[in-house]
Amino acid sequence: MIALYTVMEGVIAFFLIAGSIFALIGSLGLTRMKDFYMRLHGPSKISTLGVGCILLASIAYFSLLDAGPSLQELLITIFLFITAPVSAHMLSKSALHQKLARDPRTRGNPQELQEDEEHSIEEAPQGDSKLP
Amino acid sequence: MLDFALKVSAVLFAIAILLNLYRVAIGPSLPDRILALDTMYVNSIALIVLFGIWLGHRTYFEAALLIAMLGFVSTVAVCKYLLRGDIIE
Repeated sequence: MIALYTVMEGVIAFFLIAGSIFALIGSLGLTRMKDFYMRLHGPSKISTLGVGCILLASIAYFSLLDAGPSLQELLITIFLFITAPVSAHMLSKSALHQKLARDPRTRGNPQELQEDEEHSIEEAPQGDSKLP
Repeated sequence: MLDFALKVSAVLFAIAILLNLYRVAIGPSLPDRILALDTMYVNSIALIVLFGIWLGHRTYFEAALLIAMLGFVSTVAVCKYLLRGDIIE
């Protein structure tokens, strides 16, 4: 029985450290990256994963404390996993709406950011439209 | 071992929240600040759950759930305001 407690303590400590390192990496990406479209990447994935690890540790700890399954933390986990992509989508839509400047290394060429090139293509005359 | 892990992860989460606060302060545009606030509430949920583990009872679980719901709703509301100029049309 003592061995079970020791092993579970190690598992809980591992999840705590892993989750906090994930969250720190996500926030570091939010601070260090160049433009908004890069910055959206780190927190929306890594931070949710970090909180997921912390909630797994909380489930393990309270299950051990009460000697039974304690699944209340799954509510927060499921809620965060559902809502994080939605909020990231809304943020990227508002960033495209505001036409934020992007780094030249950011890939992709969305339609919302290239309205000048379309006009130049449309105004170019075609030379081979001669009537007989 | 658990006490040490709790202290280390609380310090790491505090550093993460300070980095988010730095991005809120210097963020060049408005979506940057909204994204930093979004990350900040997610990190604060984790910090509250850590505090619950440290105390050993579940008083603060409902607070974490409330922060999750209100943070999501406020992020979507501010993004909607930026997109359409109005929240509820």
